[in-house]
Amino acid sequence: MTLDHLAIGQRARIVAVYWSSLVAEEAQRLRALGIEEGASVKVSNRGIFGGRDPIAITVGRMTIALRRVHAAAMQVEVLQVEAMQAEVQ
Amino acid sequence: MSKPRKVALVGNPNAGKSALFNSLTGARQKIANYPGVTVERKSGRFVLPTGEPVEMTDLPGSYSLDPTSPDEEVTSKVVRGLFPGEAVPDVLVVVLDASNLEQHLVFAQEILALGKPTVIALNMLDLAERDGLVLDPALLEQELGVAVVPTVAVRRKGLDRLAEAIASAPRREAGAGQTQLTATERRVAAHAMAQGAILSETPRHRLHARIDRLLLDPWLGPLFLFALLFVIFQAVFAWATPFADALEAGVVVLSDMASAALPPGLLRDFITQGMFAGVGSVVVFLPQIVILFAFILFMEASGYMARAAFLMDRMMAGVGLSGRSFIPLLSSFACAIPGIMATRSIADPKDRLTTILIAPLMTCSARLPVYAVIIAAFIPSRTVGAGIGLQGLVLFTLYVAGIIGAMVVALVLRSSVTKGAASGFIMELPKYQMPRLGDLLIGLWQRAWIFLRRAGTIIFMVTVILWLLLSFPRAAEGESQVDASFAGKMANGLAVVVEPIGFNRDMALALIPAMAAREVAVSSLATTYAVDAGNDEQAQALALGDRLKTQWTLPMALSFLAWFVFAPQCLSTIAVARRETNGWKWPLFMLAYLFGLAYIFAGITYWSAIALGL
Repeated sequence: MTLDHLAIGQRARIVAVYWSSLVAEEAQRLRALGIEEGASVKVSNRGIFGGRDPIAITVGRMTIALRRVHAAAMQVEVLQVEAMQAEVQ
Repeated sequence: MSKPRKVALVGNPNAGKSALFNSLTGARQKIANYPGVTVERKSGRFVLPTGEPVEMTDLPGSYSLDPTSPDEEVTSKVVRGLFPGEAVPDVLVVVLDASNLEQHLVFAQEILALGKPTVIALNMLDLAERDGLVLDPALLEQELGVAVVPTVAVRRKGLDRLAEAIASAPRREAGAGQTQLTATERRVAAHAMAQGAILSETPRHRLHARIDRLLLDPWLGPLFLFALLFVIFQAVFAWATPFADALEAGVVVLSDMASAALPPGLLRDFITQGMFAGVGSVVVFLPQIVILFAFILFMEASGYMARAAFLMDRMMAGVGLSGRSFIPLLSSFACAIPGIMATRSIADPKDRLTTILIAPLMTCSARLPVYAVIIAAFIPSRTVGAGIGLQGLVLFTLYVAGIIGAMVVALVLRSSVTKGAASGFIMELPKYQMPRLGDLLIGLWQRAWIFLRRAGTIIFMVTVILWLLLSFPRAAEGESQVDASFAGKMANGLAVVVEPIGFNRDMALALIPAMAAREVAVSSLATTYAVDAGNDEQAQALALGDRLKTQWTLPMALSFLAWFVFAPQCLSTIAVARRETNGWKWPLFMLAYLFGLAYIFAGITYWSAIALGL
């Protein structure tokens, strides 16, 4: 599954990023923000139109806005336990 | 006197650097540009406990020394002493957001590896505690090997200790005790250090996540944003009135005093009709500009501005831009100059160029004086529906016209002259924060001062030149002074061109000096009608608006408003665009397309109004 398909509130870990599919500067910026392999992320908000673009994700204690195209380049695996906790909340 | 010690503030964006800078230096700040680039250089002075003076610069926020924007490039070069003409900082102060250590320590390690005397300001500890995070600065100090001072810049906490640490920052050596790490290694180390410094962490629903649930809600979010924008425009028009009236009365008193003190003649005319009528009529718009900037600064400092960018991103993407363009464009509502300068945060060059080209379509505060005078004179002051004033509504419409124009132009440009790959949008949404009043006041003062300085220099000069053009050659007996003057003759030529769009000679005349700054259109109308009224005391006593009403029809007034929605009447904007695009090609293109649009839309407005029988 890629990050753009993650439901709001679901926590996941980035397992692979298709860096080559991103513009070089954007890839560099994402890395600088800590969005790379191994990072634990959560989708916190989404836009309203056009496939609910953009997407706000939480990484650590930061919230970062990015587009669906960036999220689509990131393979994630859902962290089950936390996902269930999120549902309880 | 010894040379002041040079201290530079560095850190990630949103670490609270500017608040710390304001707390340390107070209002004694100098704002300029770094030579060759248009990145703002902020510096200020303060005195260390040792009595030693310090010159502090607030470097642009960066995520890394490996730059991805012109801003980050300045920071990267200055801290390494590679920026030509910029002194190498003696001490670096790294500002960290206590609640976001894991991220901010990555950049901090890069700075520490430079081996310069460094002090860490562990900032916004209060917000971290609000989020249930308790940290031990001493543990962090051990890990990093430099002084770590806990600060809460907005409450002026920890500033004395920070100053002491700056005074006694020991010498360090490059790469001391650590090898050059890769970005990933730094991230791993940052994670370990951040975890190590945490004494306790309560998983608490963070306040900003809860606010975001409302303000970034797909439905409530945009609704709130548009309501806020509407309130801003109503406020700019309504709240400023008493202050503007007071300023206007003040100008009249001064003008009368000068008039009484001086013998009749050219000098008196120059001072009352030229100086006071001209500069005075622009200065009275200071309250509106201050109110507009107050809202913009509040949105920036509270963290809402980035949310606005998030909400607007999809819409901007529709015309080939990104949410990042929203902030420069919103700033352009105050003035296109800071707006165009703010485009440097847009990484994509085509995106940036498009934003620069459409920035002048955002209704800047300099248009307000023009709009305000004409709306007040021609649009009746009544309400349409609950609490919505017709005058405010017309003003809102003018703003919307500019926005729609800009969007259409962006769309056209993105598929023609600035064609290129769709741009991205990656942006940190900072924590919400209650802005400190002092910080807002410093920002407001800086903006107001820039406006007043413009009024005192460019606008003053233009007004004087215009008065001279209007007053010479002197009219013969029985001839109107305006008709006889140089300016009147110049306007006669221009009037032929603008006649098809409903402009009379006086309007054509106002367009000439308005090239220097739009708001001068008002002062030039004021000067024209003041000169024209001559010594006819009854005509003199009429306010400018009332005088306009006797000279213009409603379609003419509407046409004039439509002209100002589009017309590129500000040489400073063109100059800034030239500097930002490194050449004359784009500013000239901007001039041409904007004048074209202005002419077409003023014409459409005029003839539609005539057809509707207005």
